[in-house]
Amino acid sequence: MTTLLDQFQLWLKGFWPEWAAYIVPAIAGILVIIAFVLTIVIFYIWWERRLLGRFQIRTGPNRCGPEGIFQPIATAVKILLKEDIVPDKADKLIHFIAPIIVFVPILMIFAVIPISEGAILVDLNVGIIYVVAISSISIIGIFMASWASNNKYSLISGMRSIAQMVSYELPVVLSIVGVVLVAGSFSMLKIVEAQTIPFILLQPLGFIVFFLGALAEMNRSPFDLLEADSEIVAGYHIEYSGMKFAMFYLGEYGVALAYAGIITTLFLSGWQGPGLPPIIWFLIKIIAVFTLIVWMRATLPRLRVDQLMSFAWKGLLPMAVLNLVIVAVEVLLIPASMQWVMFILNFAFAAVLILLWSKLFTLGGGRVEV
Amino acid sequence: MSIQTEPFILNIGPQHPSTHGVFRLRVTLDGEVVVNVEPVIGYLHRGIEKLAEGRTYTQNIPFTDRLDYLSSMTNNLAYCLAMEKLADIKVPERAEYIRVIFSEIMRISSHLMAVGFFINDLGAMMTPVLYMWREREKIMDMFEMVSGQRLLYNFMRIGGVSQDIPGEFLPAVKKFVAEMPKYLDEYDQLLAKNEILLVRSKGVGILPKETAISIGASGPVLRASGVKWDIRQLDPYSIYERFDFAIPTGEVGDCYDRYWVRMQEMRQSVRILEQALAQMPEKGEVCASVPQFFRPPRGEAYGYIEAPKGNLGFYIVSDGSIAPYRLHIYPPTLINITALQDMVKGWKVADLIIIFGSIDVVLGEIDR
Repeated sequence: MTTLLDQFQLWLKGFWPEWAAYIVPAIAGILVIIAFVLTIVIFYIWWERRLLGRFQIRTGPNRCGPEGIFQPIATAVKILLKEDIVPDKADKLIHFIAPIIVFVPILMIFAVIPISEGAILVDLNVGIIYVVAISSISIIGIFMASWASNNKYSLISGMRSIAQMVSYELPVVLSIVGVVLVAGSFSMLKIVEAQTIPFILLQPLGFIVFFLGALAEMNRSPFDLLEADSEIVAGYHIEYSGMKFAMFYLGEYGVALAYAGIITTLFLSGWQGPGLPPIIWFLIKIIAVFTLIVWMRATLPRLRVDQLMSFAWKGLLPMAVLNLVIVAVEVLLIPASMQWVMFILNFAFAAVLILLWSKLFTLGGGRVEV
Repeated sequence: MSIQTEPFILNIGPQHPSTHGVFRLRVTLDGEVVVNVEPVIGYLHRGIEKLAEGRTYTQNIPFTDRLDYLSSMTNNLAYCLAMEKLADIKVPERAEYIRVIFSEIMRISSHLMAVGFFINDLGAMMTPVLYMWREREKIMDMFEMVSGQRLLYNFMRIGGVSQDIPGEFLPAVKKFVAEMPKYLDEYDQLLAKNEILLVRSKGVGILPKETAISIGASGPVLRASGVKWDIRQLDPYSIYERFDFAIPTGEVGDCYDRYWVRMQEMRQSVRILEQALAQMPEKGEVCASVPQFFRPPRGEAYGYIEAPKGNLGFYIVSDGSIAPYRLHIYPPTLINITALQDMVKGWKVADLIIIFGSIDVVLGEIDR
C-alpha cells in the first residue's frame, strides 16, 4: 500500500528533478504533522482545563474567547514572555539541551501514526517497534533535566523517572506483541487494516495493561510521581521557566496525544468507522482516550513509589505475559474467520485474571527499619 | 568500583505546597526513605501572647481569631470561657445555644478542610478539596450573615455573643443540617472504598495509644489511636451536657483512622446541631452585662474546649487591671506534631507528606 506522500512524490517526479521531488513533499509533510500536533495539543490543554473544571464542580477558564477557547494561547504567550532563569550551580549545557531531548522524540513518534487512510509520513515496516524505541529517548531528557538542575527535589524525580519508565516499558511492549500477533505485521497501517473487529474487543486485557502502562509512561495520574506536586513540588522541571518550561509542558501534552494516537491505532481500529470521514473518526477516538486520561487524573490519588514498582512487576508484567501466551495459543488454533470465539474467550480470561489478581495480590509496601 | 550511598538533607518548606503554611521540615533522606525529621517552627510568630498584655480583655478577642484561622469561632469561645471562669459571669441561655451551634458548624468546616487537604496530599489534584469547599462555602455564607466576615469572625464576647443572629440565619442552618448527611454519604461513596486511598493510608504512620497519651495528643489524632477522650463529654463546658452524641474512635491510629474519625465526627456534629436547633429558645438576651472596661478580680483561670483540632486552652492571669497580666495559649496542633518524628521514621517521602497532612495543622496556632 502506498501512502499519500508516496503518491505526491511520484506525481512531482514527472516535472521536477528527482531529489527535489523527494525532499520538498517530505519537508511539507513534516510541517503538516508538526502543525497538526501543535493544534491538537492546544485543543487538549483547553479540553483538559474545561473538563477538570466540570469534574471539580467549577467552570474552568471561560474568559478568553467563546468558552475560553483561546486560553491556551494566552497561557503560551505568558510563558514565552517569562524570564528564562538558569540556576547558578546548574550544568548549563545539559540544562539547555534537556527540554529539546524530551520534546523532539515525541514529535518523531507522529511520523508513523496513521491519521487517516494513507495519511502517514512513513509507513515503516517496523512502525510499532520504532515507536517503542523513540518514546524511550525522552526518559534520558527527563533525567538530564533533573540532574542538571542541581536541585534535590528534581534529583528525587530523576531517580523515580528511571525506575518508573524502565519498569513500565516491559508490560507496554509485551501487550503490543499481542496486537502484533493477531495483526501479523509491525506496520501501523497494516495493524489498522487488520482490525475488522477493534482489538480492544479481542484483547481487553492487553488494552488494560497497555493503557495503565501508557499512563505511567506519560506521567499521568495515578502514576504522576515524577511531578508529584504535593511531594516534590514539580519534579524534574522545577528549575525551568520560559521557553524551556514550555517545551516540557508541550511535551507532556504531546506525549499524551502520541499515546492516544497509538492506543487508537492499536486497539480502537484507527481511522476506521462507519459514516463519518476517517479523519473525524481518528479525532473522536483520540479525544475519547484523552478524556479517559483526564477523568482518571481528576478522580484518583497517587500511588507511592514502591507500590508503583510492585504494581508494574507483580501486577502488569505477569498479566501482559499471560495475555501474550493466551493470544499466541488462540492465533495458532482459531482460524481468522472465527475471531468472535477469541472475543468471548478473552473477555472471560480478562475477567477471571483481574478477579484473581485483586484477590491474591495487594499493593503493600511499608515501613523500613532505619 | 563499589557504589557508595549516603543520606542527604532535604528542606521541605517553608515554601512548599504541602506544608499547609510556613512550616519547615528538615528531612534526612536515604533515597526515598525518611531517616530523620526535624520540624522547624516559628516562621509565623507574631507574639500574640505578649501583645495581649498591652490590650484590654475585649480587644484580645480578634487575636484569638488569628490562631487557628480555620476555626476562629471556637478560639473565641475558649478565650471567652476562660474570662467567664475568671469573673464568674453567667452566660444567657440563648447565647449558649448560639455558641454551641457556631462551634459545631465550625467543627464541620474545619474537618472538611482537613479531610480535603489530606486527600489532596495523597495526590488527588484538588478535586476532593473543591467538593469539600462546596459545603464550606455555605458555612462561610452563614457566618457572613451573622458577623459580616468570612474567615475571622470576632463574634463572641465575654458573657455571650456580640449581637443576636439575623432572621435568615436559622433557616439557612436548618437547610444545611438537612443536606449535610447526604453530602457526607457522597464523600464516603467517593472516598471510603477507594483502593488507592486504602493502600496509601492504611497502616501508614501509626501512632500507638500509649505514645499518643504520653505526648499529650488530643482531638481526632488521639481518638484515632483508640482513646475515647472528648472534653465535650468528660468535662462539659457551655451546655454540651444537654446533647446526646457519640465519640467515634479509631482502632490502630493510622492515617486512615484519622481520616475516618473526622468523617464520623462531622456526622456527630450534625446530630448535635439538630438537637440544638430543636431546643433553642426563641427569644432572649445574647450577652450578659459586662462593663466596657472590664476589670476581672485578681486571680487566674484556665478555659479549655474541644476545638476541631484538639484541646485548646487559654490560661489567663489577672492583676485586676483592664489588661491581662499574662495570657498563655495551649495549642492542640503544636502538641500533636511532636508525634511526627516517631510516626514518619522509615516511611517514604510521600508518606511523610500524608502523615503530616493527617495531623491537620494550622500554622497560625503553632507559631502564635
